[in-house]
Amino acid sequence: MAEFEKANSIGEWFDQRLNTSGFWRVMMTEYWIPKNINFLWAMGALLAMLFTLLLVTGIFLLMYYKPDVNMAFDSVNYTIMQEVAYGWIFRNIHGVGASVVFLVIYIHMFTGIYYGSYKKGREMIWLSGMLLFVLFSAEGFSGYMLPWGQMSYWAAYVITEIFGGIPFIGDELVIWIRGNFYVADATLTRFFMLHVLLIPLAILGAIVFHFYTLRFPHVNNEEGEFFDYKEESEKYLAGNQKESKVIAFWPDFLSKDFMVISIFMIFFFYLVFYHNAFAMDPVNFDKADGLKTPAHIYPEWYFLWSYEVLRGFFFDIAGISGKSLGLIAFGFAQIIFVLLPWLDKSPMVKPANQRPVFKYWFWILMADLFVLTIFGKLPPTGINAWVGFYASISFIVLFLALPYLTKLEAKMVGGK
Amino acid sequence: MFSLIVGLVVAVVLLVVNIVLLKISFVPKELRILTIISIMVGYVYWGFEPFAHHEMHPHVAEASYEFDGKGDIEALEAQAKEIEAKGGDRSALDTEIAQTKEFWSNVVAISELSGNVETGSELVVANCTACHSIESEGFPKLMEDTDAAAAYGVTPPDLSLAGRIYDKNYLAAFIINPVKAMHIEHKYPVTGSKVFPMPGSDWMSNQEIADMVAYLQEVASKVDAPTVADGASDFEIAKAKNKEVFEAACVRCHSMEYAGIDAKTSAEAMREYIGATPPDLSQHIRSRGADYLHNFINDPQRKLPGTGMPRVGLTLEAEKQVVDYMEQIGDSKKQEREALGPIVLIYLTILAVFALLWKKQIWKKLH
Ligand code: HEM
Repeated sequence: MAEFEKANSIGEWFDQRLNTSGFWRVMMTEYWIPKNINFLWAMGALLAMLFTLLLVTGIFLLMYYKPDVNMAFDSVNYTIMQEVAYGWIFRNIHGVGASVVFLVIYIHMFTGIYYGSYKKGREMIWLSGMLLFVLFSAEGFSGYMLPWGQMSYWAAYVITEIFGGIPFIGDELVIWIRGNFYVADATLTRFFMLHVLLIPLAILGAIVFHFYTLRFPHVNNEEGEFFDYKEESEKYLAGNQKESKVIAFWPDFLSKDFMVISIFMIFFFYLVFYHNAFAMDPVNFDKADGLKTPAHIYPEWYFLWSYEVLRGFFFDIAGISGKSLGLIAFGFAQIIFVLLPWLDKSPMVKPANQRPVFKYWFWILMADLFVLTIFGKLPPTGINAWVGFYASISFIVLFLALPYLTKLEAKMVGGK
Repeated sequence: MFSLIVGLVVAVVLLVVNIVLLKISFVPKELRILTIISIMVGYVYWGFEPFAHHEMHPHVAEASYEFDGKGDIEALEAQAKEIEAKGGDRSALDTEIAQTKEFWSNVVAISELSGNVETGSELVVANCTACHSIESEGFPKLMEDTDAAAAYGVTPPDLSLAGRIYDKNYLAAFIINPVKAMHIEHKYPVTGSKVFPMPGSDWMSNQEIADMVAYLQEVASKVDAPTVADGASDFEIAKAKNKEVFEAACVRCHSMEYAGIDAKTSAEAMREYIGATPPDLSQHIRSRGADYLHNFINDPQRKLPGTGMPRVGLTLEAEKQVVDYMEQIGDSKKQEREALGPIVLIYLTILAVFALLWKKQIWKKLH
């Protein structure tokens, strides 16, 4: 080990021991981001911010929440909402945050799809992102159970019931997941554990991994342009920042992220204070009652599209029961986005509107997801059931057709 | 069906607008992207919130505080039409419509009489105080609530406030025929074996009924405002007044755990009385919302046909107090929330302005 000079400042003291200045340079001032990006590239940082808000408010809620079927509802709706000083604001931030984080995840995800940021070296970014999506889904679902209201109970009932459709092990599996024959105290406490410990830990790990995957391929840009980062960063460091195609993560990129986050927070806190019923369903302010099925059972809005795919097949086809078909389609919907980098056979990394075939695919997919989301909440009767059926079929067909469509596109653009 | 088509057409239009927006080059690009995303987010929100609610909770008739029987007759006529359209026999309903019309025209006639408080007082003492207390007038409860519930099937209400919180017409209708006034004929059919605890007084003359109503109104007008601690805030005073009405109107059947209020009639007795256990009302302001509560309380059968909850006949004023009380208990931090909201939003707006300026400064050297 080299001799250490006496440090002249605290910063230097740490620098000698941890090479903080080197670390800062590598992670911040010389971590290169393309200049040609718009505010959609701030969604990742916004997600990190929202996750932090969820984590911090969650820790505060944990101080008063009681994971017990007899106490859970009142510990939330009475103790936290009415007794604890400013407890309500923690719950509102947490509840609205959980909903809004999905809004931003979807924007982030479809930005990635629109700009083709999942292929040609960026596959790992995409996969780690999808891992985060799955983890957030599990986190959202387990958290929704905790207030032990009617929707908590019945959503838990319906969703755990889905596993019963898996051949051979289904029935056993449902009991294993619930820890009982029906949704009960054991179910609540285990989902509590998942929600406050295991899944958040996994999310933290997955976020770090997601950031790691971004480092080498670098984030995409508005035109999908590939350029020499070494050359461009040298220009930047030489003071030629106007010509350079890159910017530094700190302070350039983060100053923009910070601006977007600040503006978004106005909207977010408006929802927290004045408009939170969309995130905290009124029905869930009725205590859980296993003997009283609510008139309409539906998941939170962000699961509606896949729930509708599950319900879409309401009749038997070719001797296979509607329920099994729905389950197969649901399984398909859950994993298909993961495979996107390999379903898209076109070499183009361009915004969708510059891709001759993909642009249609993208907007039709968006329309289909809107239809699925909206009909996922409506009672599946009469015409609604048929709209759901065709929208589910369209969803599957869209993904099955994607490899062929993108091959066609590849031919049209001649491998560029 | 119509809204469905509209919704789908709107979706297609929006997508076209989005694609067009992508191409309009004189608007700054970031603004165009923001517009596109806002349109899409707004559309999905419209779909899973207002539109879905509209589809799942069909509109019902507005609340009415006239208590002149118009709504009852309209509902019966609609029912008769439906039966007719299905090729059924509407004659039974026609008889009921005729009876209902007569019943309510009688009630309206009573409301036009001027009642005599003296005679009313005598009539009430002779006919009502055997079961009902009027504590403000010194007629005490004769039994404990639980015993009374066991004896009559439900704890009879104290009548001190009846003349103020219940509508005048409703009171008259109730005295003549409680089951009909309350809209619980389905729980106590005329031909059934179950008898409603309070007998109707259809043998009385219109004038006598008007006298009793006049007396009850006089009694209620003399009841002192509830006592509150010295220096209580306006909020506390209003809350005490609202609580008084809530207790008189709802607590015989419902509990309000978050206010420490138990129902006066036990759950078992309630099941016997009305065939259901009334829910605790602590969180109903959140689970149902004020609009729903108003419409529901005004006439429960409208939102929830077949429910055991009777129409209680509150005046608009009293009903507002009841709903306000439910909010003061169930959403007790509303004031605090509304006071803090603007401060946080102003703070964030200032922060956003600084963030914007900082970004501009940093990016000056980049462009
Ligand atoms: C809470 C969860 C997440 C966090 C904190 C997060 C964070 C980030 C950050 C900071 C970036 C770089 C800046 C940017 O482009 O926004 C990024 C990029 C990216 N993320 Fe995520 N992300 C999350 C979830 C997801 C999900 C669910 C997906 C989709 C499967 C995803 C896919 C991507 C992709 C494809 C990129 C690269 C974008 C590009 O190259 O232009 N991420 N993420």
